[in-house]
Amino acid sequence: MIRRSTTFWRALLLAFCAAVAVWLVAPSLIVVPLSFTDRASFNFPPSGWSAQWYTNFFTDPSWLWSLEASLRVGVLVAIVATVCGTAAAVAFSRTRFFGEQGLRALLLAPMIVPVIVVAIGIYAIYLRLNLLGTTLGFVVAHSVLALPFVIVPVLASLQGFDRRLEDAAAICGARRWTTFRTVTLPLVAPGVLSGALFAFATSFDEVILSLFIQSPYLQTLPVRMYSSVTRDTDPTIAAAATVILALTTALTVLASIITIRRSRVH
Amino acid sequence: MTLVDVFSGGAAPPQSRTETEGARRRRRGAYALLTPSVILVIGVFVVPLALMLWRSFTDPVAGFGNFTWYMGDEVQRRVLLRTFTTGLEVTVICLVLGYPYAYAMVAFGPKVRAMLTLLVLVPFWTSLMVRTFAWVILLQDNGPAHTILSLIGLGDVQLIRTNLGVVIGMSQILLPFMVLPLYAVMAGIDRKLVLASSSLGARPLTSFIRIWAPLTMPGVGAGALMVFISSLGFYVTPALLGSPDNALISQQIYVQVNSLLQWGRGAAMGVVLLLLTFVVLAVLMLALRRASRQEQSS
Amino acid sequence: MSIDHAPRGASITMRGLTKRYDAVTAVNAIDLEARPGEFLTLLGPSGSGKTTTLNMIAGFVDVTEGELQIDGKPVADLPPYRRNIGMVFQEYALFPHMTVTRNVEYPLRQRKFAKAERREKVAAALQTVGLEDYGGRMPKALSGGQQQRVALARAIVYEPRVLLMDEPLGALDKKLRDSLQLEIKRIHGELGTTFVYVTHDQDEALVLSDRIAVFNDARIEQVGTPTELYERPESVFVARFLGESSLFCGTVTDGRTVDVGGRRIVAGRGDCAPGDAVAVVVRPERIRIAAGESEPAAVNAVPGRVIQEIYLGNSRKVEVQLSDDTTVLVRESAGSITPTEPGQHIWLTFDPDNAAILPA
Repeated sequence: MIRRSTTFWRALLLAFCAAVAVWLVAPSLIVVPLSFTDRASFNFPPSGWSAQWYTNFFTDPSWLWSLEASLRVGVLVAIVATVCGTAAAVAFSRTRFFGEQGLRALLLAPMIVPVIVVAIGIYAIYLRLNLLGTTLGFVVAHSVLALPFVIVPVLASLQGFDRRLEDAAAICGARRWTTFRTVTLPLVAPGVLSGALFAFATSFDEVILSLFIQSPYLQTLPVRMYSSVTRDTDPTIAAAATVILALTTALTVLASIITIRRSRVH
Repeated sequence: MTLVDVFSGGAAPPQSRTETEGARRRRRGAYALLTPSVILVIGVFVVPLALMLWRSFTDPVAGFGNFTWYMGDEVQRRVLLRTFTTGLEVTVICLVLGYPYAYAMVAFGPKVRAMLTLLVLVPFWTSLMVRTFAWVILLQDNGPAHTILSLIGLGDVQLIRTNLGVVIGMSQILLPFMVLPLYAVMAGIDRKLVLASSSLGARPLTSFIRIWAPLTMPGVGAGALMVFISSLGFYVTPALLGSPDNALISQQIYVQVNSLLQWGRGAAMGVVLLLLTFVVLAVLMLALRRASRQEQSS
Repeated sequence: MSIDHAPRGASITMRGLTKRYDAVTAVNAIDLEARPGEFLTLLGPSGSGKTTTLNMIAGFVDVTEGELQIDGKPVADLPPYRRNIGMVFQEYALFPHMTVTRNVEYPLRQRKFAKAERREKVAAALQTVGLEDYGGRMPKALSGGQQQRVALARAIVYEPRVLLMDEPLGALDKKLRDSLQLEIKRIHGELGTTFVYVTHDQDEALVLSDRIAVFNDARIEQVGTPTELYERPESVFVARFLGESSLFCGTVTDGRTVDVGGRRIVAGRGDCAPGDAVAVVVRPERIRIAAGESEPAAVNAVPGRVIQEIYLGNSRKVEVQLSDDTTVLVRESAGSITPTEPGQHIWLTFDPDNAAILPA
């Protein structure tokens, strides 16, 4: 950019960025070696190696149930948020209608409002409706938080979508749902899939709200981890963290493949 | 699509030259498509917020009691101030680290840019719990960070259960929120402006400071906005890396509601936090809009 | 596809058709009829209302006022997918995720045709546009011209009685445009469908159309066959828009006599009242140049000064400046050129039969 810059400055900048990048990525990796420690402590570096914490993780009912709960809720949230969010995005991209700006801000507000504020309200309501620690309660609450993360990529996809294709389909005799199913959806699928992945990740990762609406019957994995950090010095949490890392890495890779393939097609 | 675009209604790029209509039919269809989302958001977002607002004025007795308590309580005031300053510190750190990083993303070729982008997105995808837990291990007494610091000679600094630890952890987690908007704005700046400036005789550094840097201000604003607002509501990281002595407002809210069962007070604090968030949002969005209007008119 | 010589096109009737967007009137109460099987072109500059009119016929734009009928049946309340018409778009609008066959087959699937019949019709449509072996290709592997032909095949495969075309050749280069124009004309002849074609290119309109409707500022200025519009334009706008014209500005003295810069000019057509400011319109190829200083013996003679000559291969254009500083064009074909030089004073002559008086 500033072409007259000496290579020295550019090298310095690159070194700086490398340091920042390491600072961004490396810390999380520390959980991996820690999960293989042979002692029941967080002492790092570990003095010996053992896989017992993984065995613990996969046999301890409380950990397993929390993993299963997180996966179950996550998948359901992905479905609910994607369906609702995609429908909303279609509505926003198609017409101008009364209250559009307001509704858009409303549906995206959960992204900006601090979660804890909403959480105490939801806690109060769930308390009265007996929804604490229920799958329904979790799915509904997480879906609201995940909704903006579906709407944004799907809306972006739809806005980059050539609307005359839908006109062409209409002239060929296709009604609106058929047009959506055969023409629009296949072409915005990457945006929808990104949204679904974001929704799953948002739910799977959610801590604050889940801390409030949990019960002994239903704890999501992050909640279980949180109580583990505050109460035990049991490195099983490191094993759990590694499992999560592996899962999110796989999802990220999947999402990047989808994005790369999308940019190649169009 | 930046956050600002999304909230201001976005620019809808018309692909066709005539507007597609069918007004009444479309409108009804749009409302039908929006219904499930709206019900969801009203039921699980608006109603809880309204309930909390209500509680803040009525629990345990009707009136402003909770708010007067809050304004009067010195501990709470300190907590609020600490939340604010922590947010500012985190924002500044993210800006100092993020600005050169974003600049590098624009200045170098596509391969480096792709690498840098990937690396800045990784924490985005990594679970918050995992990252926070990682910092707990790193910053613990006699942990790796402590060891490294004592090697340099700064041996006796405690990192965990301090505000310093909280700031370090939050900065790392929120850095992508600064880099991405900054990069988006920087990528959109026409490089020819700087070339023009140097062809008029300005030295590279002058061109940079007077021409290019001011054009990045909208990105700085957007990034700072996102980082600061996010840090206001942070719970997990401060809770695990800090201590009850240096709690932030979200931890206090949790304590009031969960441990002390003081719903009214917790709700009042929630209202304050919400207000704070909106004020910051409004101020910064106005500043951003004024900046972009100035840019357009010049 | 059977070649039926009876016109299988529908009539389109527009009466008082209007489209308003808030304060802007895009189409202002037009009356137009497309006869069964004819090739009607909507011609005009950008923003004149021709595309909006087409989109109203298609159903993409709601009608604000007026009547719209196809084959005598009102269609203004029908959504596009119920009007059973075909349309070709300027940007082709081929479905990028489907092969050519699937694209062309799409409307047949919507009409629930059986698989065997679909195959037959698709093959016939592709053959009509000359792309029989391209069924398996994806749109992005095709050139612009090929894509447009696929779009055409998709529009005709279900034998609609009306085919709308929205500047379909706009994105192509000149040579391709010329050859595709001829193909479109041929296909129209084969199918007998009513074609409604939108373009701003007057050459294209002259080549393709049975009739042309010239649009200007949300209204129709004139409707007629290419010959009618070219030889007998009824307004200066039409005269200027279709082909080249040379205008001599002046005032009517009496009947069909006009005072142009002090000279007495007689026109063969047009009626304006004495004292009206008018333009006498003559086609450039009907003007002759007489070199020499003295006025030639002719009914209409106007003095002028040569600005420049433009060589066109088979003809030559000469720009001439008149006494009122306006410029007119003279076109002479290769066989009958009068040599001139820039700056030379010459006389322009033309027959009253080739001149028309139009309100200025």
